[in-house]
Amino acid sequence: MTTEAPPLSEPLEIHFDYTRSLGPVLGRFMTGLAQRRIEGVTGSDGRVHVPPVEYDPVTAAPLSEFVEVDQEGTVLTWSWCAEPVAGQPIQRPFAWALIRLDGADTALLHAVDVEAPDAIHTGMRVRVRWTDEPVGHIRDIAYFVPADAPDDQPPPPTSPAPPAAERADGTSVDTMITPIKLGYDHTVSPEESRYLRALGEGKLIGQRCPKCEKVYLPPRGACPTDGVPTTTEVELPDTGIVTTFCIVNVPFLGQQITPPYVVAYILLDGADIAFLHLVRGCEADEVRMGMRVRAQWRPREEWETSMRNIAHFEPSGEADAPYESYAHHL
Amino acid sequence: MKQRAAVLGTGQTHHAAKRTDVSMAGLLREAIDRAMTDARVGWDDIDAVVIGKAPDLFEGVMMPELYLADALGATGKPLLRVHTAGSVGGSTSIVAASLVQSGEHRRVLTVAYEKQSESNAMWALSIPIPFNMPVGAGAGGYFAPHVRSYIRRSGAPEAVGAMVAAKDRRNGSLNPYAHLQQADLTVEQVQASQMLWDPIRYDETCPSSDGACAMVIGDEASGDAAADGVAWIHATSMRTEPTTFAGRDQVNPQAGRDAATQLWHDAGITDPLSEVDAAEIYVPFSWFEPMWLENLGFMPEGEGWKLTESGETALDGQLPVNPSGGVLCTNPIGASGMLRMSEAAKQVMGKAGDYQVDGARKAVGHAYGGGSQYFALWLVGAEKPE
Repeated sequence: MTTEAPPLSEPLEIHFDYTRSLGPVLGRFMTGLAQRRIEGVTGSDGRVHVPPVEYDPVTAAPLSEFVEVDQEGTVLTWSWCAEPVAGQPIQRPFAWALIRLDGADTALLHAVDVEAPDAIHTGMRVRVRWTDEPVGHIRDIAYFVPADAPDDQPPPPTSPAPPAAERADGTSVDTMITPIKLGYDHTVSPEESRYLRALGEGKLIGQRCPKCEKVYLPPRGACPTDGVPTTTEVELPDTGIVTTFCIVNVPFLGQQITPPYVVAYILLDGADIAFLHLVRGCEADEVRMGMRVRAQWRPREEWETSMRNIAHFEPSGEADAPYESYAHHL
Repeated sequence: MKQRAAVLGTGQTHHAAKRTDVSMAGLLREAIDRAMTDARVGWDDIDAVVIGKAPDLFEGVMMPELYLADALGATGKPLLRVHTAGSVGGSTSIVAASLVQSGEHRRVLTVAYEKQSESNAMWALSIPIPFNMPVGAGAGGYFAPHVRSYIRRSGAPEAVGAMVAAKDRRNGSLNPYAHLQQADLTVEQVQASQMLWDPIRYDETCPSSDGACAMVIGDEASGDAAADGVAWIHATSMRTEPTTFAGRDQVNPQAGRDAATQLWHDAGITDPLSEVDAAEIYVPFSWFEPMWLENLGFMPEGEGWKLTESGETALDGQLPVNPSGGVLCTNPIGASGMLRMSEAAKQVMGKAGDYQVDGARKAVGHAYGGGSQYFALWLVGAEKPE
């Protein structure tokens, strides 16, 4: 009995610095933080919300009655963060706490710098520690400390401040940058893994549906039309046609190929579905629908388990396929 | 059996490339407050809220229904989120309508939005997938090959795409809420603009917009009580198909044809071209006007471009298409579908201002999304459905 190799997996990490427009209420809150002031907003029922909310939770009316609150407050509840991750306010074990500042009726979530879980409790009094250079960001409050902590207590390790949006001196804060980073393990199916491993040996392996007999490359393990497993493997040649294409002239963030370049649907001989790849080896304006092409493989020593082993497709010089032969693939 | 339902009021933001003057909540409220004013309702009149937005990566907000609940007045009410890629504004409208048609609620507030300036949709649509060629190039890169296929299949003259762009921009200049205001853009200027994703040119491409759209949908009694006219919902339909499968028609997708067939059947329409007075169709790239005219059954396959070329889709034509300027003038992706639905409603309510189609009694709203795989349609009328 043979054991099949496990499915292939590769990390995928994406990140982007989103730019949040704060609007009049959070904008004023952040502007206050830059001046080491904490402002809340009064709701329709008289409660003071800190952080402020733009719309009343009871009546949905826009709120605009601001009130400054104290920089000392009470821990309403808390939990222990034993293993801080990158970007969190304190880079050693700390407490997350919901803190109701004096003068406020709602709680603010922030970090409290205490040495151990037994050094914090519900009802404990805490006060703000400001960062050295406030910019108009919630992280201007570096963290909270117990109200009776000495001022000369050595600071805990903190993570670098997130990026701040540029603004002219004296203007209010209207934008906050929120960097987002997402890490995935991109794992493919057993069928696609076999196809990719075959690509690593310079072969193109598709699968045929037992019912409609269409040949899929890459294989999917099941026919999307008939819903049945596709088990019959078919080796395909590295020749085919361009069914349709576009010429990408536009540059964009994250682009890996320098424009202009031709992205084409390639229909391999014997396949029933086309896939996207590059066409090179001729001028972009010479690429045609129905043009015969063949794969141009990278040097063998660069092969991996990837469609990138084929650097691009290029014209084979054969006569174009007649439109009628591929019209049903458009 | 479905209960009758009507659009009681519509509202939208002033759309722009960057609305840095408002938060997302503020952007939504701009549209919501206008819709509620138009519908003459207060928060106590709203029984449920349905929200839609573009794919999460487009602006990096995963669960808007959580933090926006206060701003949407949803405290103590059912709040639902709908998600079908670019068609989301259309399907969100239909879900909201269904909550009234089912008899569950009397009045439902629905809203859709996107703040494109907070992110980069082109980046979000072009994330390189491991093991694959990094050939993704945004929505334009995805649709351009299929536009080429349409041109080849139909034999349409090259100028048709430019004619759509010039027509929609002219219409948009009559719409004070539209993002692009280009009253004087000519066909020749469109044809001279930069080729971005050959065969799609810069001026044939939708902008990136910040914006929101909202509607209040009510039951028959609410519609009857409205003083100055409502848009009765005659029929709705939605269909879906996979992005890729062998033999898929990517130019004229089956799901779109099926959605249209059901819509015309349910609305009692046998000849859409003569019976529908205005169409708000999701056209993010100009060539999709003739493509969808065929897909929706307004014209036979291969002949959609003839309606455009003859000028019959202009504001004074037989079937005005996108009198508001459409997606080519305004594209907050998450809201673009709802804008089509609400602009169709405005036409039959007689509230379309300078781009009002004379005597519009029946209008269709259309949205599509993903790789032309989600379709949402509704037909609204000035009179109650049979």
